[in-house]
Amino acid sequence: MPHDHDHDDPFHHEGMSSSGHPYRPDNDQPLTYWQQMEIAVRELLVEKGITTAAEINAQIVLMDARSPAQGAAVVARAWDDPAFKARLLADGSAAMAELGIDPDGLKLVVVENTAGVHNVVVCTLCSCYPRNLLGLPPDWYKSRAYRSRTVKEPRAVLREFGLEVPEDVRVQVHDSTADMRYLVLPRRPEGTEGWDAEALAGIVTRDCMIGVAIPQLP
Amino acid sequence: MTVLPELTPPPFDPPYPTRGARFAPGEAVRVKPGAAPGHIRTPWYLRGRTGRVERICGDFANPEELAYHRDGRPERAVYRVRFTMEEVWGEAAERAGDTVDAEIFEHWLEAADAP
Repeated sequence: MPHDHDHDDPFHHEGMSSSGHPYRPDNDQPLTYWQQMEIAVRELLVEKGITTAAEINAQIVLMDARSPAQGAAVVARAWDDPAFKARLLADGSAAMAELGIDPDGLKLVVVENTAGVHNVVVCTLCSCYPRNLLGLPPDWYKSRAYRSRTVKEPRAVLREFGLEVPEDVRVQVHDSTADMRYLVLPRRPEGTEGWDAEALAGIVTRDCMIGVAIPQLP
Repeated sequence: MTVLPELTPPPFDPPYPTRGARFAPGEAVRVKPGAAPGHIRTPWYLRGRTGRVERICGDFANPEELAYHRDGRPERAVYRVRFTMEEVWGEAAERAGDTVDAEIFEHWLEAADAP
């Protein structure tokens, strides 16, 4: 019975909501040390006039607006335009700027999957990721398991993502240890001849551009 | 025993400026072994391993200096170096001929035939 709770108590937020879903518990735990530190430093920076709350919020809005769709547009263009692909491989940041996507300091290296090579990206030291192109990384990308295993047993990791790399294909891992950030250019699947840019971009997922998946036809 | 990858360096120049790098694309280089204090961006699993320069990225501020609020100058050349899984993991490698590339700052590299 989804609505079996006490209607006389307006503050009762346990069990099911009136729409039949469980209430998400309020976040009533005390702040952690680092949460307190973040608030203290942020408030100090605002108080001293170094930044403003509006500037901080604008940055969050900008970050949230970035998404894998931007990367997918870059890939779709490269699939359809060999000259663009050549420029993308030579200087990824300049090529993404051509499409109106501001690199904003991102130094992009694009690595191309071929019949003989499958690329996969990891940052063993922390969680470096082309955020200015793809948005925030998935949580698993930052996990110790992904970071430590991908350089040691990439095929086993990829298998867990549902991707079996054939024995005659070389797995090329990219450990993003310094100033570059990496985007995998997947192979264009057969059966997509004549597709427009939007349709092509639609099959390029975030995971394809990290290298833990390959594009699938719908 | 050192196991080097076969490698054809990409046919374009580094997109970021460099004042001249000590090692050339295709050259065999060894990551210096051992430890150093501070903020090091040379992964442990590659220390003492030999690979080939895949490309020169350009010159970048030294992160070991930046971490302590210094200006990171002089900038150092950064290389993408390719290693075989056999070189890195020995018999524990999942597939010997698979490879891993990492960005290594020049001061962490030495010629593969250095004593």
